[in-house]
Amino acid sequence: MGGRNAHRQASWGKGLGVAAALIFLVTWGLGVIDPAGWGASAAFAQETTDALPAGVVAPQQPSEADYPTIAGVNSRVVVWLVAQLHLWFAAFVLAVPIFVFIIEAIGMATRDERYDRMAYEFIKVSITAYSLTAIMGGLLTFCLVLFYPHLFQYLAGIFKETMFYYALLFFAESACLYIYYYGWHWLQGGFRKWLHLTVGLLLNAVGTVLMFFANAWLTFMMSPAGVDAGGVFTGDLWGAVHNFLWNPINLHRVIANIAYGGSIVGAYAAYKFLSARGSEEKAHYDWMGYTANLIAISALLPLPFAGYYLAAEIYAYSQQMGITLMGGIFAWLFIIQAVLIGTLFLSANYYLWCGMGRSDGGVRYHRWVKYLAIVIIGAFLVWFTPHTLVLTNEELKALGGPYHKYLGPLGIMPAKNTAVNIMILFTTLSFILYRRANKVATVSWAKAGNAAQVALFAAGIANILFLGIYHGYFTNTVYKVASSIPQVATTLIIIVASTVLDRFIYRGANEVGPIHWGRVPDRAQYALFLLAVAFTWLMGLMGYIRSGIRQHWHVVGIMRDNSADAYTPTLGYAANVVSIGTVLFMAMVIFVFWLSQVSGTKTHPAGYWKERRA
Amino acid sequence: MKTFVTVVGFSLLVIAFFAGYSSFGIPQIRPAPPPQEEELDLGAMGMEEFIALGERIYEGKGTCTLCHNPVGGRAPPLEEAASVVEDRLADPIYQGGATDVVGYLYESLAEPSAYVVAGFGKAGSGDTVSPMPNILTGRIGLSEAEALAVVAYLQDLAGFEVTVDIPSETVETPEPAAAEQRSLFATPEDAIVELACGGCHKIAGEEGELGPDLTGIGAHKDREYLRRAILDPNAEIAEGFDPEMMPEDYGEQMYASELEMLVDYLAAQK
Repeated sequence: MGGRNAHRQASWGKGLGVAAALIFLVTWGLGVIDPAGWGASAAFAQETTDALPAGVVAPQQPSEADYPTIAGVNSRVVVWLVAQLHLWFAAFVLAVPIFVFIIEAIGMATRDERYDRMAYEFIKVSITAYSLTAIMGGLLTFCLVLFYPHLFQYLAGIFKETMFYYALLFFAESACLYIYYYGWHWLQGGFRKWLHLTVGLLLNAVGTVLMFFANAWLTFMMSPAGVDAGGVFTGDLWGAVHNFLWNPINLHRVIANIAYGGSIVGAYAAYKFLSARGSEEKAHYDWMGYTANLIAISALLPLPFAGYYLAAEIYAYSQQMGITLMGGIFAWLFIIQAVLIGTLFLSANYYLWCGMGRSDGGVRYHRWVKYLAIVIIGAFLVWFTPHTLVLTNEELKALGGPYHKYLGPLGIMPAKNTAVNIMILFTTLSFILYRRANKVATVSWAKAGNAAQVALFAAGIANILFLGIYHGYFTNTVYKVASSIPQVATTLIIIVASTVLDRFIYRGANEVGPIHWGRVPDRAQYALFLLAVAFTWLMGLMGYIRSGIRQHWHVVGIMRDNSADAYTPTLGYAANVVSIGTVLFMAMVIFVFWLSQVSGTKTHPAGYWKERRA
Repeated sequence: MKTFVTVVGFSLLVIAFFAGYSSFGIPQIRPAPPPQEEELDLGAMGMEEFIALGERIYEGKGTCTLCHNPVGGRAPPLEEAASVVEDRLADPIYQGGATDVVGYLYESLAEPSAYVVAGFGKAGSGDTVSPMPNILTGRIGLSEAEALAVVAYLQDLAGFEVTVDIPSETVETPEPAAAEQRSLFATPEDAIVELACGGCHKIAGEEGELGPDLTGIGAHKDREYLRRAILDPNAEIAEGFDPEMMPEDYGEQMYASELEMLVDYLAAQK
C-alpha cells in the first residue's frame, strides 16, 4: 500500500506541478508577471510589448539576431522534437480514455467482466502517460518562450483567454482521470457503475475540449483569422479560434487519435502475448490485441477521407498553400506517406488473416486471402507510383522522356484516389470474411443475401473504376478532382450497406465452434508492432508537413520567420528527425508499460522487516 | 528478455527502413530558401532590366507560375494577358475601375475578383470570386514597384509595347541568386550535363537521339527561337519529333543568367 500511495502522490504532484507551471507561463506570456532580469529573451519580449500602443496585439517582426540561442542547441529541432513528443503522448492519452469508455460500456451492456478488466488495464497504462504528456506540454511551452518569444507573445496576446482556461482545464482533466482510475473498483455495480461511466464521459469531453483549444492555436498559424491584414488582433477571439482550418484538423485528429490509441494498445497486448507463459494469459492478450486492432482499423478506414477533406480545405483556403502541399516541394512526401499507409493497411489485413486461425471455420476462407492480398498490394503499388522521376541521362534515354509510357498515368491523383478506395474496400472485405469465419448462416435467404453482397461489391468497384478512369483521363481537370467525391461516397455506402446486410444474414447464425483465443501465430503479433511503429512514424511525418507548409512564416502572411532555420529542410533530414523522435517516444512508452507491470509486482523480503508479536 | 530484445530490434529495423527509404529511396530536393530582400536602385534601371525584374518576380517571389502554368489548369495562362484587356474592360462582368492596359493588369494583381475569367472562379461562386489572393499584401506582399515590374513583364510577354513608367523610388526586391540554393553553372557544358540535355539531344559531346541534333543549331535558329524552345518547348516542335517529350520546367531550374549563357552557347553552334 505504501508504494501505491507514493505512486499516487507522485502522479498528483507531477500533474499539479505541470499545471501550475503552465499557468505561470501563460500569465507570463500575458505580461501579468514581470520577468525583468530573467535574461535577454524575456527582456526583449518586455521591451517590444512596451513599444506597442496599449491594448493592441500585433506581431513583431524580429530579425535573425533577435532569436535567442541557448547552449548552442538548434532551436528548431528542439521545438520540433518536443512538440512531436507532446503530440504523440497527447494523442495516446486522449485516445485511451475514448477506448476505455467504449470497452467499459460494452462490458456493462454484455455484463462480461473481461471487458471491465481490460478497460482497467488500459487506463492504468495511461496514468503514467498522462504525466509524461503534461511534462512534455510544459517543456514545449518553456521552449517556445525561450526560443521563439515574439511568436509566443503574439499568440498569447490573441489567445490569452483560451490559454488560461486551457491551463485550468488541466485540473478538471486530472480530477476526472484520477477519479476514473482510482475509483474503478470503488464505483462498481448498479448506480455506481453508471456514475463511473459518467466520469469517463466527462474525462473524454474535457480532453477533447483541451485538444480543440490547442488546435485553434496551431491552425491560426496556418490560416489566421480575427486579425487584419497586418496581423493586428481585431478582438474577435471566436473568429481567431474558428479559423478556416480549425474544424478539418479537429475532425482529422479525433479520428486519428482513436486509430492511434488502438494501435499502441495493440502493441502492448502483442508484447504481453509474446511474453505470456500460460495459455490463459495468451488467450487474454490475444483477445485484447484483437479488440485493439479492431478499433484501430475501424478508425483507420475513414481516416483517408478525413485527410482528403483537410487537404481540400487547405486548397479552398489558399490555392497557393494547397499546391505547395501536393504539387510543390512536398509532393514527394506523399510517396513516403503512401509507403506508410500501405504498411498500415497490409499489417492490419495480415493480422486479420492470421486471426482466422482462431476459428475452425476459418479454413473455408483461406483460399480467398491470396486474392485479397494481390489486390491490396496492387492498389498499394498504384498509390506508391510517382508521377515524374528524377533521371540520369542514360535513364532518360532508355525511358524515352521524363514520364513512363505506362506507369506515368498511375502517378496522378485519379489513379491514387481509385487505389485507396479499392484498398479500403478490400480491407472491409477482409474484416467481413474474418467475422464470417466462425459462423454458419441459418436464415433461409442466406444464399440470396450472399449474392447481394457480391453484387454490391462488384457494382461499387466498377463504379469506382469508371469514375477514376473516365473522369480521371478523359475529362478536364475540374472533373478529375470532383470525381473523387462520388468515389468516396460509393466506398462509404458499400461499407455501411455490406455491414448491415451481413448482420442480417448472420443473425441467429450457428457457431462453427468455440473461438480459440491464443491460437494465433507469433508473427501476427509483429503485425501489431508494425502497425504501432508505422502509425507513430506517419504521425510524425504528417505533423512535419502540416507545419512545414507554412514555409518561412510563423503565422502565414502575417508574421515571418526570420530565424536562421526558416528554410524548409530536405525530406531525408525531416525523416531523420521524425525517426529520432519515434525512437525517443517508443523508449518512453516502453518505460510506461514497464512501470505498469512493476506496479503490480510484489516482493516479500524475508527477514527484512522486524517481526511483530501477535 | 529475449522477447524484449527481439521486439525492440524489429521496431528499430522498421524505423530504419522508413528513414532509409526517405533519405535514399526518393530524390532529395533542396527547397529554395526564403526569399532574401536587397536594395535595388530603380532610378538607375532601364526598361529591359525592369522587365527582367518583373520576370524574376513572376517566377520567384510572386509565385505566379504556381497556378498560371499550362500543366495544372488552375488559373488562366498569362502569355496573352495584355492583348485581351480591351475586351475585358468592355465586358459587362468587369467590376473594376481601370481604363487602360497598365491599370487593368495592376488591378488584376491587387483585386483579382474585379474580372474573373470563366471557369476559373472559386468553387460555388459562379465565377464572381477569384481564388487568387491580393498579391500586394499578406504572404506574397509585392511592393507597388514590384507589381508594376510584373505588369511590364506581362506586356512584354504578349509582344506589346511596354507602357509602364518605371517608379523612381528604391524598393526591396528578391536577389536573383537566392532563387535556388546552388551555385551557378560555370560553363554552358556544365549546364548541359547537369540539366541532362544530352539525354535527348546531340550536343557538347553527348549523343542523345530523342530530340533534334543541336550541334549546328545556331546556323539556322536565332536566339529568340532558342530561348523560347527552352522555356516553352512545345510552342514549336521540330519536324520529325514528338511533342510533350521535353520537360517544361527548365526555365524554373535555371537562373536567368544561365539561360542566357546557354542561349549564347547554342546560338554559337554553327
